[in-house]
Amino acid sequence: MKHRYLPMTEQDQKDMLETIGVSSIDDLFSDIPEKVKFKGQYNIKPAKSETGLMKELFKLAKRNADLKENVSFLGAGVYDHYIPVIVDHVLSRSEFYTAYTPYQPEISQGELQAIFEFQTMICELTGMEVANSSMYDGGTALAEAAMLSAGHTKRKTIVVSSAVHPEYRDVLKTYAKGQYLDVVEVPVNNGITDVEALKKLVKRDVAAVILQYPNFFGRIEPLKELEEVIHEHKALFVVSSNPLSLGVLTPPGKFGADIVVGDAQPLGIPTAFGGPHCGYFAVTSKLMRKVPGRLVGQTTDEAGRRGFVLTLQAREQHIRRDKATSNICSNQALNALAAAVAMTALGKKGIREIAAANLQKAHYAKNAFKQAGFEVVYDGHSFNEFVIKLNRPVKEINQKLLHKGIIGGYDLGRDYPDLVHHMLIAVTEQRTKEEIDTLVRELGDMHA
Amino acid sequence: MHNQDQKLIFELSTPGRIGYSLPEMDVPETELNGLLPEGYLREEEPNLPEVSELDIMRHYTALSKRNHGLDSGFYPLGSCTMKYNPKINENVARLNGFAHIHPLQDESSVQGALELMYDLQQHLKEITGMDEVTLQPAAGAHGEWTGLMLIRAYHEANGDMERTKVIIPDSAHGTNPASATVAGFETITVKSNDKGLVDLEDLRRVVGEDTAALMLTNPNTLGLFEEHIVEIAEIVHAAGGKVYYDGANLNAVLSKARPGDMGFDVVHLNLHKTFTGPHGGGGPGSGPVGVKADLIPFLPKPLVTKQGEQYVLDYDRPQSIGRVKPFYGNFGINVRAYTYIRSMGPDGLKAVTEYAVLNANYMMRRLADYYDLPFDRHCKHEFVLSGRRQKKLGVRTLDIAKRLLDFGYHPPTIYFPLNVEECIMIEPTETESKETLDSFIEAMIQIAKEAEENPEIVQEAPHTTVVGRLDETTAARKPILRYQA
Repeated sequence: MKHRYLPMTEQDQKDMLETIGVSSIDDLFSDIPEKVKFKGQYNIKPAKSETGLMKELFKLAKRNADLKENVSFLGAGVYDHYIPVIVDHVLSRSEFYTAYTPYQPEISQGELQAIFEFQTMICELTGMEVANSSMYDGGTALAEAAMLSAGHTKRKTIVVSSAVHPEYRDVLKTYAKGQYLDVVEVPVNNGITDVEALKKLVKRDVAAVILQYPNFFGRIEPLKELEEVIHEHKALFVVSSNPLSLGVLTPPGKFGADIVVGDAQPLGIPTAFGGPHCGYFAVTSKLMRKVPGRLVGQTTDEAGRRGFVLTLQAREQHIRRDKATSNICSNQALNALAAAVAMTALGKKGIREIAAANLQKAHYAKNAFKQAGFEVVYDGHSFNEFVIKLNRPVKEINQKLLHKGIIGGYDLGRDYPDLVHHMLIAVTEQRTKEEIDTLVRELGDMHA
Repeated sequence: MHNQDQKLIFELSTPGRIGYSLPEMDVPETELNGLLPEGYLREEEPNLPEVSELDIMRHYTALSKRNHGLDSGFYPLGSCTMKYNPKINENVARLNGFAHIHPLQDESSVQGALELMYDLQQHLKEITGMDEVTLQPAAGAHGEWTGLMLIRAYHEANGDMERTKVIIPDSAHGTNPASATVAGFETITVKSNDKGLVDLEDLRRVVGEDTAALMLTNPNTLGLFEEHIVEIAEIVHAAGGKVYYDGANLNAVLSKARPGDMGFDVVHLNLHKTFTGPHGGGGPGSGPVGVKADLIPFLPKPLVTKQGEQYVLDYDRPQSIGRVKPFYGNFGINVRAYTYIRSMGPDGLKAVTEYAVLNANYMMRRLADYYDLPFDRHCKHEFVLSGRRQKKLGVRTLDIAKRLLDFGYHPPTIYFPLNVEECIMIEPTETESKETLDSFIEAMIQIAKEAEENPEIVQEAPHTTVVGRLDETTAARKPILRYQA
């Protein structure tokens, strides 16, 4: 068998078998019982040449309507943002992408330092004291925040706003089942979490209250007001946040959040059909030793040189085994690196500028819809998303838009029965005035 | 700060420099204050760096040079399957039609992506001998937890509420017991016998009406095939439990034995190990889960299925455990794994395992004279040595690992599995040449000699790396987890 990934020659094989003292490779598999031995060949597609496979997969990729050839107004937790070109050049350094978890710090200083910088940047954006090295995604990070809260408070109820991403809530419910936790949802009033309803729900058995900021409808939750309700009964205050928005929004840490989680996808990570993205997890220093996943810490070597190591590992699964409160092992290191490079490129000024551009362009679009006679539901402050009401199924409209090269907004009727025919529209800094005007015009034509 | 320290990006920052180029602001601007509720416009700027594009590239290039990847050199890290990461995978994953599609687009506009996922599921079903596969779990540990949640849902659907225990061998990965705990189970340890395999008597003793499942890696973490796998599965099944396959070591049995044929009910795969999704410095991975027919109803939703010529996301799964992840898994890693499988084909995958196992046995035999070999029989894709002979000379396995750094190698996995003293666990993989294996073997032999003749050089290693051994105790006692000016 000759293959470009397999360097074994016939001579190598002969020499190695001789050293081992067996006559054939089959002898090395004599410990597999006859009864379960797989005989014959996998019934899978035959191998393809590099060129042949590339052609085939190029065609397959072309069967998808991508965000480069089409204009997207779809967000709902995953956004088409500016990715500085340099991000992929850094990611393509194979010293990073072909490395394992940095278990040997002496030869992993590059990765460890990059993650230490990532942790710092997440702390800066969220206003928190400690951030870990990443989680799978925003949804599982949120679920882990619930588990941390339950473990920390020894309480069993998790209260979550129904303005939190529906898929994140679904993931939370699956994890909660594993841990025998109850999940209670708080209703929404005019697109934001209903404070009066929350007051009734937060009692002494509540481990955490989870909010999203900006929320699923793009609206700005009144964190200041909600914090008082949540902390009154010593529940933990958990905020799921789009980190890019924090370039312009007061960070959750300023409002007394205990845990801030979210997905760093808006920072340098392609949409990639929903993954891999990059969860982040930030806490107050009080909760430092309860954080799931890996933490990189600074230290020194014998010569006094600064270096970085994986630290506080006593929290983790490979040490605690069945006493561990999280089983996370691999995380999303390479995407954390992407986010770090993007945050570095944007820097102190750019993060503000990009977040402000989202606000401005979405605000322009919202007004354009109003002027065109659309009903903008939940009118009020929002970040880069807002809701409009249509007179027919969103799916039908989106299929028509696609013919015009436009990927329309999210169909809220999928998750909220009272929001049938409602579209969640995302307008990022990537959209031009012309693209926004075209969307308003096309929807207007269909709506007429 | 030491004068030789690699600067942090924050230490390179100079006010006034920028590294970005945002799209034109072509809409009329409004006062920001008016766009947000009072008190919600950020006042303090986050302390992110201010650097030029070249500063960024130099910084990360410098960091990359302080990092050992598989492309830098041999990486025989046991149980991690550090094989070559094919470059075509990276090109395919970056195609616009894969990298830049939105998960919530209309299904009709992502038929290519769904077809790839569906076909990957079909391939993984055949490779594992299972009846259905979900691609949703993000990594191995996530797959373990998903698989156990499926088993829990299965027992509960049968009214079997008392099956609360998961049996795990003492040689198992730490994620196994942690995943069981997070899935709401208690764990029981089953002992290994003196051959390094599951002790059948102990297994018979611990199974019972409270058994939900047995989790097993086969070959196990010692690199040994569980010869009594048929009996093991029978014992657990007879007690009413399910048998779970940890796919971490699948590279050892491609085309040789399928988990589904061995009696396993649930399996997770690490696509970033066996199927070359790169490890990325600790992720992203991908941990698909395969199941036998009786567990299909419980799989996470949505599941990619085919209706006529259309690929669809099937949400109509009333008995599903629900979602384990937003969207559909780590698609980008699944694209890479699919590309790899299609590059190899059935003959290629068979050769992968044969050469991986040949390489491991060759190394094991050549090193057996210099290090203790606790289990003297054919290994599969990896093997363990014990450094107890060297320990008597005052040289620990940790020292041997650090000394290997001076030779330009990433060390093997050490002190795991826990049931071997001073354990050194070596997995060469099939993509390494005999010359590479020979050079590594020579280095290991030299270190064994140094342990006898000049132990200090090993004890004080590494001597050539950018930093020496780091003070991990202080790092944990007085944690510094972020930069502060």
